[in-house]
Amino acid sequence: MSLSICGVAKAYDRYPALKGVDLTAPKGCFLALLGPSGSGKTTLLRILGGLEFADVGRVEFDGLDWLTLPARERRAGFVFQHFALFRHMTVAGNIAFGLNVRPRRARPAKAEIARRVEELLSLVQLEGLSSRYPAQLSGGQRQRVALARALAIEPRILLLDEPFGALDAKVRKDLRHWLRALHERLGLTTVFVTHDQEEALGLADLVAVLNEGRIEQVAAPAELRARPASPFVADFLGQGQPVPNFVTAIRPAARPAARGHGGGESGVA
Amino acid sequence: MSAPTRPRAATDDHPLVRAVLMSVTFVFVALFLVMPLATVFAEASAEGWKAAVEALCEPDAVAAIELTLLVAAIAVPLNAAFGLAASWCIAKFDFRGKTLLATLIDIPFSVSPVVSGLVYVLIFGLQGWFGSWMRDHDIRIIFALPGIALATIFVTFPFVARELIPLMSEQGRDEEEAAVSLGAGGLRTFFRVTLPNVKWALLYGVLLCNARAMGEFGAVSVVSGHIRGQTNTMPLHVEALYNDYQYVAAFAVASLLALLALVTLVLKTLLEWRYADEMAAARSH
Repeated sequence: MSLSICGVAKAYDRYPALKGVDLTAPKGCFLALLGPSGSGKTTLLRILGGLEFADVGRVEFDGLDWLTLPARERRAGFVFQHFALFRHMTVAGNIAFGLNVRPRRARPAKAEIARRVEELLSLVQLEGLSSRYPAQLSGGQRQRVALARALAIEPRILLLDEPFGALDAKVRKDLRHWLRALHERLGLTTVFVTHDQEEALGLADLVAVLNEGRIEQVAAPAELRARPASPFVADFLGQGQPVPNFVTAIRPAARPAARGHGGGESGVA
Repeated sequence: MSAPTRPRAATDDHPLVRAVLMSVTFVFVALFLVMPLATVFAEASAEGWKAAVEALCEPDAVAAIELTLLVAAIAVPLNAAFGLAASWCIAKFDFRGKTLLATLIDIPFSVSPVVSGLVYVLIFGLQGWFGSWMRDHDIRIIFALPGIALATIFVTFPFVARELIPLMSEQGRDEEEAAVSLGAGGLRTFFRVTLPNVKWALLYGVLLCNARAMGEFGAVSVVSGHIRGQTNTMPLHVEALYNDYQYVAAFAVASLLALLALVTLVLKTLLEWRYADEMAAARSH
């Protein structure tokens, strides 16, 4: 009953975005896809959400052959980088959307939908803002509306594309803790994409480091810090932190000194 | 005692420059836009409003008004649908030849209306490609309603698309993707997300399209055949009356035509004023 990704590859016009990705994560796991831009992490997330289609490969989740399900039947709660809130709908309208578009048989009654919206608003701590429009909200508030909207459909999995990318540093820190707490509370399998190693290591149970369409390493944050599997991982994690000494000791010629220390090749022993 | 002065911004021009610019604009608008329009109404009422109203109630005038409204009623909904489809595929899909398609949509703006009318004569006219076949099957396009409608559709095609393409491109696909991931099907996504997001631009495009559809002269003139009471639209009727030295009648019909256009503009302004907040919200996020 876990998420298992098997040999997923995808090319845009012959330019490969993903070159065969294998990944397994237990159910209820908070998984980070970490990598520089162009590493394929967002493509992988969008494939999981059904917004993009893999050329080859298989994904199994929750006992389902995931990639054969159309996006609208996956119940994957997707939170977009720029939130993609419906701008002509109020906060309540946004959150209720996923319930309102259900086929008539499966659609809850109006009162029930209203109750659910209130419940979700209090979950994301936005009580009293239900009649506002997205344009009248701050970035952090929009983010939480986007999350409430994704949670309204009782998702099987939560997919977050750079969830803090569009927010300023202070809001980002607060939201990060809050999101982690929410994850613990709901127990949902959550996959999020980020290029910020500090964010990935501080938040996730499991971090998959991607580079040029391949997975370099999948490990828990502590493991990743202690034993980076490749020079790329060590380098990528090392940004903004002192470089672990053993890396230079093992592979002296493989990498230059840490960035921001005068640059160039001066650090090579 | 001086009134509190507003702090001057760096981009503020010298008061003299402002005064000159504003007066030039006002004089230009008055001279080239307001005065001709006022003349039309003045000429129409030269022999009293009664004569003008009588001219409008005359059978040929009534036929022209009906034909104009009918043609607009055909052309505007079709172009609204075509324009929406075209801008949808240009703004939301990536494909080869996208730029070419966007350019093609602008053809009616760059080609003289007379030429667009002639095209239909060349295709459907008696000497045209399908002329003899259509004569054999008793189908009339040129010098009849279908030709007039076709020419009008051609000329007014870009209005809706031109309004929608920039807006839809700017809005991107994000909200549609969100709707799909929340379980909405294609139709629901269109009617609940895409259409509401562009409704003001669509309405604006439709209003402009309508104004032009009722006022089109050149293309319609070529295909209409100028049969009074049958294939004369309002603009053609105005010309016919004018050539017959029936100035009051000509200007009366012209006034009505101008009034229809003014109603369109007033409608648009009212909408902008009434829904200013909502429109601003639709544009920014």
